[in-house]
Amino acid sequence: MYQIIKQILKTGIKTEGPPQADDALRVEIQNLQEQILRHVGRALTIRCVDAGSCNACELEIQALNNAYYNIGGLGINFVASPRHADMLLVTGPVSRHMEIALKRTYDATPDPKLVVAVGDCGCNGGIFAESYASCGRVSNVIPVDVAIPGCPPTPTAILQGILTAVSRRPSTDTTP
Amino acid sequence: MPIWHGTVDAIQFRSLCEQARHGGGKLVALWGSDELARNAGYAVHAALVTATGMLCLTLPLSVERPAYPDISDIFPGAARMQRATADLLGLHATGADDHRKWIRHASWPGNVHPLRKNFDGKTVFSTEVDAYPFVSVTGDGVHEIPVGPVHAGTIEPGHFRFSIIGDRVLRLEERLGYTHKGVEKRFESLNLEQGAKLAGRISGDSTVAYAWAYAQAVESVTGTTPPPRALALRAVLLELERIHNHLGDLGALGNDVALAFGFAQFWILKEDLLRLNSDLFGHRYLMDKVTPGGVACDLDDQGRERILRMFRHLEHEVRLLKDIYDEHAGVQDRYLTTGRVSPDLAAELGLTGLSGRASGQAWDLRAEFPCAPYDRLDVRMVTHLNGDVAARVAVRFEEVLESMRLIRLILDQLPAGELRASVGAAPENALGLGWVEGWRGEVLIALHTGKDNEIHRLHPHDPSWQNWPVLEHAVIRDVVPDFPVINKSFNLSYTGVDL
Ligand code: SF4
Repeated sequence: MYQIIKQILKTGIKTEGPPQADDALRVEIQNLQEQILRHVGRALTIRCVDAGSCNACELEIQALNNAYYNIGGLGINFVASPRHADMLLVTGPVSRHMEIALKRTYDATPDPKLVVAVGDCGCNGGIFAESYASCGRVSNVIPVDVAIPGCPPTPTAILQGILTAVSRRPSTDTTP
Repeated sequence: MPIWHGTVDAIQFRSLCEQARHGGGKLVALWGSDELARNAGYAVHAALVTATGMLCLTLPLSVERPAYPDISDIFPGAARMQRATADLLGLHATGADDHRKWIRHASWPGNVHPLRKNFDGKTVFSTEVDAYPFVSVTGDGVHEIPVGPVHAGTIEPGHFRFSIIGDRVLRLEERLGYTHKGVEKRFESLNLEQGAKLAGRISGDSTVAYAWAYAQAVESVTGTTPPPRALALRAVLLELERIHNHLGDLGALGNDVALAFGFAQFWILKEDLLRLNSDLFGHRYLMDKVTPGGVACDLDDQGRERILRMFRHLEHEVRLLKDIYDEHAGVQDRYLTTGRVSPDLAAELGLTGLSGRASGQAWDLRAEFPCAPYDRLDVRMVTHLNGDVAARVAVRFEEVLESMRLIRLILDQLPAGELRASVGAAPENALGLGWVEGWRGEVLIALHTGKDNEIHRLHPHDPSWQNWPVLEHAVIRDVVPDFPVINKSFNLSYTGVDL
């Protein structure tokens, strides 16, 4: 236990909020939290769906949980059920084998909901394109609010995409 | 590496498999191909590894009777590869126990075989709900828990069907194929140059391993020798990939047993490394940096210094965290004896790669058949005998340290010179093999060339093919809540086998 506490103290706080070097990012990240507070209440909950990715997009979404990005500290949490989610974060070209599961996940997510497609594959099918096995872009299967390019997009780009989706959301200011 | 390739008949096919097995060899991959355009019917291919090298068998099959003898009784891991070959090419293993479909769900009919040349790859069929005949377990108090394809965490999709009594697992049946996106068919629409990018996206977490294996395959058919500096840099990239994946897994394995501290610590280290990758090589996961003929990046003295500096910190931290994991009673209680695959079972089922080494399967391509630059590095293979979660964790800790040692050695004597050799034209109808020990295990690329540098057929093979079926055994008698940590300790690729 002593070792753990010592290591925690030595590590200190890594969370960047905004990286020092990039002021534009600072504004965006602070903005993000404001937007979340304004629109969604206290927190934004996200359900991830890998609809057929090469798994590198998942690695970057997972990285959002590390201490540098500390997405939880911004009030954004990944949840285990679409029924608890405000937003679906969808990666990959949608494989035809995931088409039904993705539609069902979408239907299970309560309204009003947001969908963010992650990565070149989610945006336009990427290198896998459309075929007997791939439906291509996410918006070919469910409605998409924001699509984030990149292969894979960096964690910061994914955060910006989430911000964009939240700020485009029709105002729900009146909800408690 | 010595590779012997030969055409055999059905009797030789089986007897060579048997001989390889008796000599302690194993099956690396099995795949089929459509050779109608060459007036040669179909073919099934098997890559075996023996003490002396790789043996690649090609068994021609007639159009009238596209069937070959089952080898899943010799190599149990062949079962799913054979079922996939039946789905994708309509080639059947005579005498096999399990003839259920594997890759195909309900997005195309059973009489359509996507990898046959007369299928255009574009035709779309209506998708229906898949009715897969799971094996059901009956008896007093037996319950079923279906999980997936959409999982609770940020992981890839697949379906797990647990049959349980109380919370003990009696049986686990996996149903994969959800991320099948037509990768092998896609390769056939590309030429050798274009294929490199797709090879790096077969399983994104192993992009370097696949890109290198692809490059080896192309280089072997075109007679290209990459310059020494390129080979040295490839190994640096491959070991960096191993380190960042192991760090991520060690953190996640802490998280899965409620040690959030472990996740926080390891994912800081992983992020540091990814950022260094991005600064030095231009991509966090090093995609597209290994290309046929060489590499698409370089490393200057300053970059070398940065890697060495980071490693001083990383080594200190990893050793410290290892002590913490080792001495943490709660963590060890969850890890020890959990998800155990005994060395005997591992040998019987053909467990490979990192998980195999944790179950006493002393096999690491970097040590057994080292290609340059590993041939002068004397890789110290890490093995363990317990085969439980604790052993797979221990192997990861040791391999992180070993990879750092290897990178230091390479950087110490990084050859000067060119980064890329020009790649010539490939002859038609040639077979090129690429074989690389990725962080998860050995990755194989089997490339059959077509006319004008086109790809006639390409089979990428992930070690997860061998290891997924073993996971079904690893969880028996464990409790359901231990499944996430057992699964994570293997950390197998879905996309790498669904293709
Ligand atoms: S966008 Fe790139 S990283 Fe993401 S799933 Fe597609 S190929 Fe993989």
